[in-house]
Amino acid sequence: MNTIWFLLIIISIIFSIITGKTEEFTKSLFDATKSAVEISLYLLGIISLWLGLTKIIEDSGLIHNISKFFQPIIKKLFKNIPKDHPSITSITLNFLANLFGLGNAATPLGIKAMQDLQTLNEDKETVSFEMMLFLVINTASIQLIPFSVVGILSQYGAKSPTSIVLPTIVSTVISAVVAVINLFLFKKFFEKNKR
Amino acid sequence: MKYIQLVSQLIIPLFIFFVLIYAVIKKIKVYESFIFGAKDGFEIILKIFPYILAIFIAIKTFQSSGAIEFIKNIFSAIFNILNIPIEVLYISLIKPFSGSASLAVFTDIVKTTQADSLASKISAVIMGSAETTFYVLSLYLGSVRIKKTKYLVFVCIISDIIGIIIAILVAKIFFG
Repeated sequence: MNTIWFLLIIISIIFSIITGKTEEFTKSLFDATKSAVEISLYLLGIISLWLGLTKIIEDSGLIHNISKFFQPIIKKLFKNIPKDHPSITSITLNFLANLFGLGNAATPLGIKAMQDLQTLNEDKETVSFEMMLFLVINTASIQLIPFSVVGILSQYGAKSPTSIVLPTIVSTVISAVVAVINLFLFKKFFEKNKR
Repeated sequence: MKYIQLVSQLIIPLFIFFVLIYAVIKKIKVYESFIFGAKDGFEIILKIFPYILAIFIAIKTFQSSGAIEFIKNIFSAIFNILNIPIEVLYISLIKPFSGSASLAVFTDIVKTTQADSLASKISAVIMGSAETTFYVLSLYLGSVRIKKTKYLVFVCIISDIIGIIIAILVAKIFFG
């Protein structure tokens, strides 16, 4: 992230000078701080809501039923997570929320999943393989129906706005599989080089 | 489509309904549990705020600097040869950075090229199958204060590029 952050800002400054957009650069800098505060406040409410709800799920024991049901699937991918660990539930709920396109629920549950995974992590400053797998699947964004996209298409008079649903599912599934394979290839390569 | 939309609108209310009923049957004090869980929210936000700020600064300034237009110009020749509408390039470049900006760009593409155009359809598939990678990465990693990310960012960027190519290919096959 260090390199990416540095590059994005340096490239922006260089380009804004070349294209004479330095004023826009400065303006967007302050816009960014404003957006960051707005998003954080919005997230504060929504994260607290989902944390409250997941606490009820934990206390009532519903968590065990949910994780029991999804354990086989999650267990196949995340081999190092112990049985009945809370991260199985938060990962499952995050995946389900993503699947149904519930972005509002997916983000807080994803943050919860990361914190649950962190309790298993030996080196707290270095990302664990489970976290990487979780993040790679998340950034590949598996989604069944992209509601906002279909909504915009139908709003502007598409003949059949839902015709994009099937190709979207096909391509999102393929790219998620490719992303996971990529991660495993990198893991192999990385660990071979270390030896 | 109506049914799918109805189902998606019902998921959250039904989920909360089920969670509450189940908890009450198990004799849980739902109100106290909720408060107890929710009070951690503030701490999490305090933790992730600097990460959100940092990534927003990088993304917003990058968008405003004209760098994306520059990349667009480089690639436009390739897109012409491959017979892919140039609008697709713009959505591909913006989607990994910002959800709201990509939605705005997508709306604009649909408006200017008509909803049934190839450009709209390919863009729609990309919208649905790509994620705002940099935002997700900094937010999720920030929430647990991970500093060393090994090869994760690299994997995500490569997978993003491959993902967008796949989306374009699939859309071309479907709508050719």
